[in-house]
Amino acid sequence: MTATETRSVVVEREIPHPPEKIWRALTQPHLIEEWLMKNDFKPVVGHTFNLRGDWGGVLDCEVLAVEPNKTLSYTWNFSHDDAAYNLSSVVTFTLTPTRTGTHLRMEQSGFRPDQRQAYGGAKAGWQQFFARLDELLAKPE
Amino acid sequence: MPNAHDVLFRTLADPTRRAIFERLCHEGEQTVGALQVRAKVSQPAVSKHLGVLKRAGLVRDRHEGRQTHYSAQLGALAPLIDWTSQMAGFWQGRFDHLEDLLKRMDQ
Repeated sequence: MTATETRSVVVEREIPHPPEKIWRALTQPHLIEEWLMKNDFKPVVGHTFNLRGDWGGVLDCEVLAVEPNKTLSYTWNFSHDDAAYNLSSVVTFTLTPTRTGTHLRMEQSGFRPDQRQAYGGAKAGWQQFFARLDELLAKPE
Repeated sequence: MPNAHDVLFRTLADPTRRAIFERLCHEGEQTVGALQVRAKVSQPAVSKHLGVLKRAGLVRDRHEGRQTHYSAQLGALAPLIDWTSQMAGFWQGRFDHLEDLLKRMDQ
């Protein structure tokens, strides 16, 4: 793993609605609440806000980029007493018009450098762990 | 330094040790004596398993008088949690909600 490498999650979906309408759902607090979480969002770069989950967790966020109907980006940070659960990431929504609606892409990226060690090995995912499990179980302690 | 996953898997590979860890996860803090009764092995054997769990960071001990209480440290399992697949599942679910919302916005 190189020093500059970060892990990210990308979720993409074709949505049969125009970008302008999806943009409203992404940027109006009462609509954001309906699909994501309670919030005090404003589509203004530099605005800090919280997303409040049903489970009681609170995410600390700051708007990084606003390009109406095209791009929205904000930080998505979670602090936990146990550093292993801390999360420092950036969420970016990209809207691209298509003939039938919109291609919506969400990318969530980033770990703080000090998290790489804790999560480093998780990069390969469960499959590799299980593939190695038999081998490990055969080793004496 | 051994890989964190190797240590965790090796530590939890032993069924007796895993049972002790699972009991601490489900039932909270317990003494060696209480664990020994349930584990159906000798107290030195339970203590040895707890030592291995402790070295792997999976349990923490707390001394109170002559008793030592052990508790599970779930944070030690963090390296096994695949952060990306959890978040991908989260966003897929949220996008389902988003699509439902967009349909309602038509009306």
